[in-house]
Amino acid sequence: MKRSAGIKKVLEVFKGALILFTFLGLSGCGSQDSEVGSNVVKIGQVSPLTGSIAHLGKDNEYGARLAIMEANARKISIAGSPVQFELVSEDDEAKPAKSTIVAQKLVDAGVVGVVGHLNSGTTIPASKIYFDAGIAQISPSATNVNYTNQGYKTAFRVIANDAQQGRVLGNYAVKLGAKKIAVIDDRTDYGKGLAEEFEKSAKASGADIVTHEFTDNTKTDFTAILTRIKSMNADLIFFSGMDAQAGPMMKQIKNLGIKTIFLTGDGGKTLQFLTLAGSEAEGAYASSPGEPLDKMPGGKEFKAKYNETFNETIQIYAPYAYDAMNTLISAMIEADSIDPKVYLPKLANIEYSGVTGPVAFDAKGDIKRGTISLYKAVEGEWVHLETLE
Amino acid sequence: MKELLTDHKISSLKTYFTSYRHAVWIGYVMIAVALIVLPFLVESTIGRTWVRILDFALIYGMLALGLNIVVGFAGLLDLGYIAFYAVGAYTWALLASPQFGLHLPFWVIIPIGFVVAGFFGVLLGAPTLRLRGDYLAIVTLGFGEIIRIFLNNLDHPVNVTNGPVGINLIDPISIGSVDFTKTQEIFGLIFSGAHIYYYVLLLLLLVSILVCIRLENSRLGRAWVAIREDEIAAQAMGINTRNVKLLAFAMGASFGGIAGGLFASFQGFVSPESFILLESIMVLCMVVLGGMGNVWGVVLGTFILAILPEVLRDISSPLQENILGKVWLDPESLRMVLFGLALIVVMLVRPTGLWPSKKNN
Amino acid sequence: MDIFLQQLINGLVLGSVYALVALGYTMVYGILGLINFAHGEVVMVGAMVVLSMISLLSSFPLPLGSELILLISVVSAIIVCSTLAFFMEKVAYRPLRNAPRLAPLITAIGMSILLQNIAMMIWGRQYKTFPDLFSITSYDLAGANITNVQIFIICLSILIMIALLLLINLTRIGRAMRATAENPSIASLMGVNVNTIISLTFVIGAALAAVAGVLVSANYSVAHYSMGFILGLKAFTAAVLGGIGNMAGAMIGGILLGLIESIGAGYISDITGGFMGSHYQDVFAFLVLIVVLVFRPTGIMGERIADRS
Repeated sequence: MKRSAGIKKVLEVFKGALILFTFLGLSGCGSQDSEVGSNVVKIGQVSPLTGSIAHLGKDNEYGARLAIMEANARKISIAGSPVQFELVSEDDEAKPAKSTIVAQKLVDAGVVGVVGHLNSGTTIPASKIYFDAGIAQISPSATNVNYTNQGYKTAFRVIANDAQQGRVLGNYAVKLGAKKIAVIDDRTDYGKGLAEEFEKSAKASGADIVTHEFTDNTKTDFTAILTRIKSMNADLIFFSGMDAQAGPMMKQIKNLGIKTIFLTGDGGKTLQFLTLAGSEAEGAYASSPGEPLDKMPGGKEFKAKYNETFNETIQIYAPYAYDAMNTLISAMIEADSIDPKVYLPKLANIEYSGVTGPVAFDAKGDIKRGTISLYKAVEGEWVHLETLE
Repeated sequence: MKELLTDHKISSLKTYFTSYRHAVWIGYVMIAVALIVLPFLVESTIGRTWVRILDFALIYGMLALGLNIVVGFAGLLDLGYIAFYAVGAYTWALLASPQFGLHLPFWVIIPIGFVVAGFFGVLLGAPTLRLRGDYLAIVTLGFGEIIRIFLNNLDHPVNVTNGPVGINLIDPISIGSVDFTKTQEIFGLIFSGAHIYYYVLLLLLLVSILVCIRLENSRLGRAWVAIREDEIAAQAMGINTRNVKLLAFAMGASFGGIAGGLFASFQGFVSPESFILLESIMVLCMVVLGGMGNVWGVVLGTFILAILPEVLRDISSPLQENILGKVWLDPESLRMVLFGLALIVVMLVRPTGLWPSKKNN
Repeated sequence: MDIFLQQLINGLVLGSVYALVALGYTMVYGILGLINFAHGEVVMVGAMVVLSMISLLSSFPLPLGSELILLISVVSAIIVCSTLAFFMEKVAYRPLRNAPRLAPLITAIGMSILLQNIAMMIWGRQYKTFPDLFSITSYDLAGANITNVQIFIICLSILIMIALLLLINLTRIGRAMRATAENPSIASLMGVNVNTIISLTFVIGAALAAVAGVLVSANYSVAHYSMGFILGLKAFTAAVLGGIGNMAGAMIGGILLGLIESIGAGYISDITGGFMGSHYQDVFAFLVLIVVLVFRPTGIMGERIADRS
């Protein structure tokens, strides 16, 4: 009895050791990424490519990919030799824990810069890893103010943070004649930030916030909060969130017989909103940073090229990802180096003219840009109204 | 009677005893060496990413061991376990970050996180004592969601958690001026932050394993098993089922609390997105897939499920190229499809888990 | 008053959908004691198939009326979902019928991940819109608004529930189902083909899910591969609230949950004096659930059943 227990124990312990060594062996076998020619420059892109916001993630990837394809077509030479850019696209599943893993993965793969991540919740933890590795990170869509407040010289973004847009929207709501405003916020960091700034500036302009309602980014039924808003006789509803919610919300507003102005931010200024809300989209207002795509140099071409190359329509952030990538590449060209140490100072002082507007960064890495454009949905299209400072 | 104990017999007995002891010790030493060397080998061959992946596997290991106490030992199905992880993470974040200007050292926060999470465990356990099976499952699920919703909304009217924005710049574990998340050089060897955390987490996981094994064979452990097998009979045998169940919730929760604190300090950032229901379900999968009730099985299950998605990430494109000639499906969706398939196939082949506990059957 | 009536209507519409999905959960649970986590994904597949069929049929120049197109699409969704559920049961759950209780739960989770990602491959990552087959009109009802789709949802749900209750309580199949739920081995001794009955349960549950999928996507005019998970979760909650395994309980639980959610979102901030807003809607719903279960540990309609292990 004792003997067999002893042997069993030996066997158990050795089984453990064996498993471990197999793993060691396996990890030893897995070789590092195959050597590539020195003229291949790897640039990372991270966004959620699976999970419930994968459509936005893929959009970012396509935007970045298009910029890479164009750069390669231009046959760029850096430091005297022609270079070939390669996009390394990773999926962070919108999970903060995964984001640091894929960030490290990109660093290991030897990328010289990163366009990403999509969500603020993944961008912030990852920024630490890029900072430690000393490579540039440009987020096309993270709007959380904390991201650039960490003192990392490697962190940039090409999208206005929530403060700028919220301020313009708050003023504009009052300009539309709203006195009693209802705010709906989707409890994402984007929604919260934008809603708070909107509220502040609308109040400052003299409007009254009658209620602040909340939903979340997985819901499609807003009838309860809309009914509540109806009882408050609001004359404008501001929705701080994304198109996938804004579309059905618009329909429900009309079905409940609510006759108010509907205003939303750049998360709702998409084609998807127009298709989801259908004929009920008529008369909705939305804003978007920068000039309208069609008015920007190269904007129309970008849209056409995107549709043609990927056979998809632009969701939201593809132009920003495209600009982020182009900004990164032009900093490398300007510095005539792919070494982050050399091109980072150039990137900090860059002046690039992208499809979403001029790209230049302030001391923190936030984009310097004054303009926000406003649009109205008319007959299934976004019509540009005006561009405000 | 000397001739009965012949020389031959004595020597064989001697060799048996010595060799058996030796063998066990050699085994332990081999394991220890392998565990210490592992990150060096991993980092130099397949990259630092994998050290980080190992770190997360270790954190999940602690989580899974904690859940195993509740689900595996005591048989109480908990679908909101991630709430305790969240409580631990936010405890650390609030006590060691610029949020309230508090910067307590780790040896103060770890016990606090332990106690706070344990308290939340009791808080969950108390109203659910009468519930069984799947009713308990849905209440725990609801509890997990309630905690997450509160974390997501406690920025108003009083700002505690920053809401969806999360808490940033959380202090890492540090001794003196040595910051554990920064790369250090000791005796010419370079230790990255992930590498140092690997040792910290490994140590804690080993302690957790030890605690779990001791618990399993203790009076309390037997009481849990008794409740799992037949609650009424257990009660009849004089077990105070209320206290024993609450202890299971509290102990399980406190493991989660410590793991959460370490997660917060390692990442330096927490936000409610890390604590969604899907994470609870993932941890449950680790426990069940590995072998519910068996500590080693749970650890195995954790490592497989924490590492598998990352392996699939690397192979889902090359796999297609080799088999089909080109990349047909996008690698990301294929990865998740393969992951789902793996869960199904493993459970079909081994319904009791990969390394089930022997007592169960 | 009209506002309160409006909230009741909102809750009733939401609750009817929950109830339909909850029925699928409860039927499977009643017979197998299994939480079929993949049930929500079946709802999603139903919605997606209908959308695809409608656009497919509309693209042909066939002389079909929009009602006929809808009917064909719904029938094909029911067929697809039922087939899917049939094979799901056969492949992932049947081999585990005598396995530990949590094993089939894990395969169900695996199925859910699998279906969601396959749907993402087939239908893409974008949100889909329900085509304008018929126009949504809004009617005035004592100051509250209700649309034709909503009326249709409530009526259809009630009809389906009544039909299901009749099926369970008055037919041979229903009796066989009840017998199987009670005790599968004795039921089989009594000449009930347990395997067939279980397959049938899955098929009926899936058909209901398909209908629910169509109703959800028509009402909100949106469908997405990730829509099933949350919906399934809510329906599961509803089923437990009503007493899982009990048909009438699932219906009551579903409608109650819908009402709680909309009353909660509508009035929680008035009740708490502005301290808690509509973001605590789900907290409110879960708290009600917990309170109900504390006083009635097996749900509203649940009977005291022996623990399965």
